[in-house]
Parts: sequence; structure tokens; C-alpha cells
Amino acid sequence: MVPLTGYLLVGAFLFSAGLYGALARRNAIAILMSIELMLNAANINLVAFWRYGEAQADLAGQVFAVLIIALAAAEAAVGLALIIAVYRERKTVNVDELDLLAG
Amino acid sequence: MPFPLPPLPTIGQLVFTGIALFTCASALGVVLARNLFHGALALVATLFGVAALYVMLEAEFLAVSQVLIYVGAISTLIAFAIMLTRSMMYGKTSPLNRQAGKTGLFAVLIFLALFGFVQSIPWPASAAPVLANESMIAALGEQFVTNYVIAFEVLGLLLLVALVGAVMLARDN
Amino acid sequence: MQGSTWSDGIVGLLTGLGLPEMLALGIAYGIGAFILVNFGMISALLLIWITRKAISRMQDRLGPNRLGPYGLFQTVADAAKLISKEIITPSQSDFLAYNLAPVLSVFGALMLLAVVPFAPGLIGVDLNIGVLFVVALGSIGVMAALMAGWGSNNKYALLAGFRVVAQLLSYEIPMVLSILTVVLLTGTMSFGRIVEAQSLTIGGLNLGIGWFGVMMPAAMLIFFISSLAEAELTPFDLLEAESELIAGFHIEYSGMKFAMFFLAQFVNAWILSALMAILFLGGWQGPGVGLPVIGPILGFGYFFVKAYAVYVLQQWVRGTFPRVRIDQMMYFAWKVLVPAIVGLIVAQAIAQKLPFPDPVIYAIIFVANIAAIWLVATMLQRYIKGESLRTKRSFEPTSLIGTMQEAKEYAMY
Repeated sequence: MVPLTGYLLVGAFLFSAGLYGALARRNAIAILMSIELMLNAANINLVAFWRYGEAQADLAGQVFAVLIIALAAAEAAVGLALIIAVYRERKTVNVDELDLLAG
Repeated sequence: MPFPLPPLPTIGQLVFTGIALFTCASALGVVLARNLFHGALALVATLFGVAALYVMLEAEFLAVSQVLIYVGAISTLIAFAIMLTRSMMYGKTSPLNRQAGKTGLFAVLIFLALFGFVQSIPWPASAAPVLANESMIAALGEQFVTNYVIAFEVLGLLLLVALVGAVMLARDN
Repeated sequence: MQGSTWSDGIVGLLTGLGLPEMLALGIAYGIGAFILVNFGMISALLLIWITRKAISRMQDRLGPNRLGPYGLFQTVADAAKLISKEIITPSQSDFLAYNLAPVLSVFGALMLLAVVPFAPGLIGVDLNIGVLFVVALGSIGVMAALMAGWGSNNKYALLAGFRVVAQLLSYEIPMVLSILTVVLLTGTMSFGRIVEAQSLTIGGLNLGIGWFGVMMPAAMLIFFISSLAEAELTPFDLLEAESELIAGFHIEYSGMKFAMFFLAQFVNAWILSALMAILFLGGWQGPGVGLPVIGPILGFGYFFVKAYAVYVLQQWVRGTFPRVRIDQMMYFAWKVLVPAIVGLIVAQAIAQKLPFPDPVIYAIIFVANIAAIWLVATMLQRYIKGESLRTKRSFEPTSLIGTMQEAKEYAMY
């Protein structure tokens, strides 16, 4: 049996990698992909805690993981639509060039 | 001679190590790839790795949903968006912004902090056997229409709003 | 998993030899996987032969008839030719995406074989999420096509890749929803149990003809139409429309890599027909499958006869129908099939909650299905009438005489 620590460490790694990508990449699509990584990290933790936890019968971990997956789908759809609309308008998807509102 | 050897890893542990390394390596690929399309492919690999982890956690329903929604829908959408904005891909500029160095340091620190935190707590090393699988899917469905019905309904509303919003935003007028 | 399956026998034999159970199970599944994968490869050779024979008969040709009896070995020769061909890689192709795409597409097709119930107890793994597994693996094919289109650095391939995504994702929805009608009725997603639910026991004898296709003809039709689109067959073969896209997303592939796409396509088409046989035509159910020894053998036979019959039906449609336009294809998926099947599911869900005995509920579902077919047929008839009138008017303005309409409105079509 794999100890719970293993899953938590994978989750921590995915979260850190996603955090780095979300903060350091310039391309908006890359940022979106990094956010997906972070959501997955949270999901791994939820499912792992459900599996190793006391209250397996109420399936809360799986329920929340399903909710997060659906949320990620909605987020990707709206986010990518936004990115494409911005690209049409400004011919760029680099977030540090989209500084029209910066003072 | 009483020299304490560590116990041999079981097959499950070996498989887990392989999947974990694969997942982490492809996650690094997502954030570090210069070519955005390669990044998207690495994302698909990561999502498969996470699905495999779900299988190891005996949450097969989630694993298959993960492949269906993430690989089938979200990754395809991302690949589409990359192709539609593809003039961005061959820019001479760096894919990273000015704060990349500091962010990298920050991310490593966060990981180390989480690592230490996870290691310091005595988690349970093994879990109770999972309940019969067929009843688990039925139970999951029942949870959605009893305990978590509000979350479920709000999620349905959110998906509808996202659908309409995405169509409105991406429409070419 | 329920009952005794094929793997139990092998595991029992191996543990009897003194092997640990884990290893025995591993060996058993290894053997099963080996047989299934090779079955997929070899049946693809047969499928290509059936396709060529069926289509040539419909076009009043003989088809392959030189090599072996009835030209059976023609495909083997073709495969040998493809293997020995030079592999040409386009310059500036994306190495990773270009080379991974054929592997992924074959992987997606062969993985599907793992959940197909061939006979009572003969199923690779009777996953209790089998239906979802099949749907999820379908998305791998989409990804592979997209990778191939992007990786080969060719605008026709890329366009075809876009079309693949649009078509396969659109038709996946009516297909999944039509499977959902079966899942609603049986209350399980395991293929083994779906097939078992289609028995019809009269007087203690399993006649095996309680097929869902009889009760739900509309769902079956919708599944069949979407499976044609999913397998990229003729009314919906815009993905490889020779006159527009040359060959589709695999245009830049040669030799064995092309053969892999080809193989994946045929195995996919066969699995979709097998799925139709499983979900709506009873799978291995048939008269006499309840018998002790001869039952499984009969079931194996029934399953293959049904699966290949549906496959030949697919080829028949392919040899008969013209190709639809891309806007018609999307229109048909989103405005005809999806509303029809959603309405059916709502009707069925309500019917199943009514406080009537089972036969009455089944009758209500049957009536709803017939109504759906009638509605769709009427709508299509109106559309076709309008379309033919429009075409006629754009070519013969004289037909407008006496209709009080201007010709220029139609000139743009």
C-alpha cells in the first residue's frame, strides 16, 4: 500500500509547478494550462484524503473532485473564449502587453 | 547479522513511483516548454498521469471522467485556442516574463514548505478497503441529489452561464 | 465482476502450479491482452477485405479476387507493401506530435477491445464503468487526429484536423445520450450486465431476444447514425473528402505510420458496430445461450454474426449515400439528433417513474421512440424538399414563373 504522503507530495509538486507557470509565463493560454495543473493538484489531494480518511462512505472527496472537474471545464471554455476575443482585438495573447488599464 | 534492511517495495509502490515520476515530469514540461503545443501535449500526459493516480486510489469513475472531460474536452479546447492564436507561438520573445526568476524561487520554496509539512505529520499509512465498486457509483449519484444537491444545481447553472458566455465572447461580429 | 470469467480458469491453473496469485493474475491478463491485441490486428485484415468486397459488389465490380481464395490475402499483400515502403517525414514537421499521433490512435482503438463482451464470461475486464470507458477512449482518437493535423505542417492536414474535432465532438453527444437510454433502463454501465439484461425468459428457457433495439428503435437509429459519423464513414466522411482535403489529417503519413491510422479506423468502425450489437441487438444473447456447454459457443457465434452484420450495414450505407455538406452535418447533429434524443431521455425517465407494471412502461417507451422517428423523418422531409426546390430555382429561373418571387434571392446558392 502506498502511503498517503506519496499522493500528497505529487499534489504539492503539481501545485508548485502550476503556480510557477501561472506567475511566470507570458502567454495567456499557458497561464490557463498552469491553472488546470493547480486544480488537478487539489483534486489529487481531495481524492487521496477521501481514500485514506475515516468517512469513506459519504464520498465527499469524490463529490468535490467531480465538482472541480466540471468547474474546470466551464473555466476553460470561458477563459479560452476570452483569450480568442482578446487576440482578435489586440493581435496578442501575451498578458504583459495587455496593459491598457495600467496607470 | 541484524542489519535492518528497508522492506522491499511492493508492486503497487513501484507502479505508483513510476506514475508519480511521469506525472511530475510532464507537469514540468507544461510550464517549461517553449513550444506551446508541446506544452499542451505535456498537459495531456499529466492529466493521464493524474487519471492513473485516481485508478490507484480506487476511484475509477473519477479516472474515466478525468480522461473524458480533461483530455477529451479541455485539452482539445486548449489545442484549438493555441492553433487559432498561433502567430504567437513563433515569437522571438521569451515565453517567460520579467518576474520568472523570483517566481521560480518562490515556487521552489512553496514546494519545500509543503514537502516539510507533509512529512512532519504522521498520516495513516494504509486505508480501509474500499466499498464495493458498483454501489460506489450509485452512492456517488445519490450524494449529488441529496446532500450536495445545491452544489449540483448551482454547477448546472454555472455550466449554462459559461456556455452562453463563451458563445457571446467568441462570436465574430 | 460476477460469475466465473475466463481469467479465473487460467489463474486457477497457474496457482495450482505453485505460482503466487498476484503473478498468476498478471500472466492471465497478459495472455488476455495478447490475444485481444492480435485479434484486433488480424480482424482488421478481414474487415478491410469485407469492406472492399461489399463496396465493389454494390458498384458492380468484383473487388479483390487474385490472391488466395476470394482474394482473402490481398490485404496481407497490401500490408506487406506498406511495411516495406519508405517512410517520408515532411520537413519542419513537429517530431513529437507527428510520431505520437499514429501510436495514440491505434492505442485508443485497441484499448476499446478490453471491455467488449464476446460471449458469456468472455470479456477482457467487465468494468462497472464500461460505457464511460468507451466514451472516454473515443476522445483519444480526437486528440490523435489533432496532433497529426498539427504535426505534419500541412494546411490541408490541419484543416482536416479541425474538422475531425468539430465532427467527432458534435456526434459524440447524440451517441453518448443514446447509450444513456440503455443505461437508464438497465441501471448499470457494465457491458456484461447490459447484455445479460437483454435476455427474455419464457417458461424457464432463455430465448435471448429481449433486445433493446426492439423497444427503442429511435435510440438505436440515432446511435447508428452517430456511429457512422464517429467512424468517419461516407455520409459524414468530410474528414477525408478526397476532392477537398486530399485525404484528411493523415495526408503526410506514409508507409507503416499511415497503415496504423488505417488500422485504427477499421478497428474503430468494427467496435462501433460491435457496440451497437451489444447495446441494442442483445450482444451474445440469442436462442439457446442458457444451455450449459454449448451456450457460450453459441453466444460467441451470435455476437460475431451481429457485429459483422452491423459492419456490413455500415459499408452498405457507405456505398449508397452521397456525402453531406459540412453545415448540414453540424445542423443535423445539433438541431436534429440532440433535441430528439434529449426528448426521448426525458420521456423515458418520466415513463420509468410512472406507477405502472413493466410491460406498460416498455410500451410507453416504444411509443415515444416511434413518435421521435416520425418527428425527425417529417422534419428531414421538409428540409430536403426545401433544399431541392432551392437548388432547382438557382439553376432554372424559369421555374419561378408564377410564384411571385425574385430570382436573385436564390442566385447566391
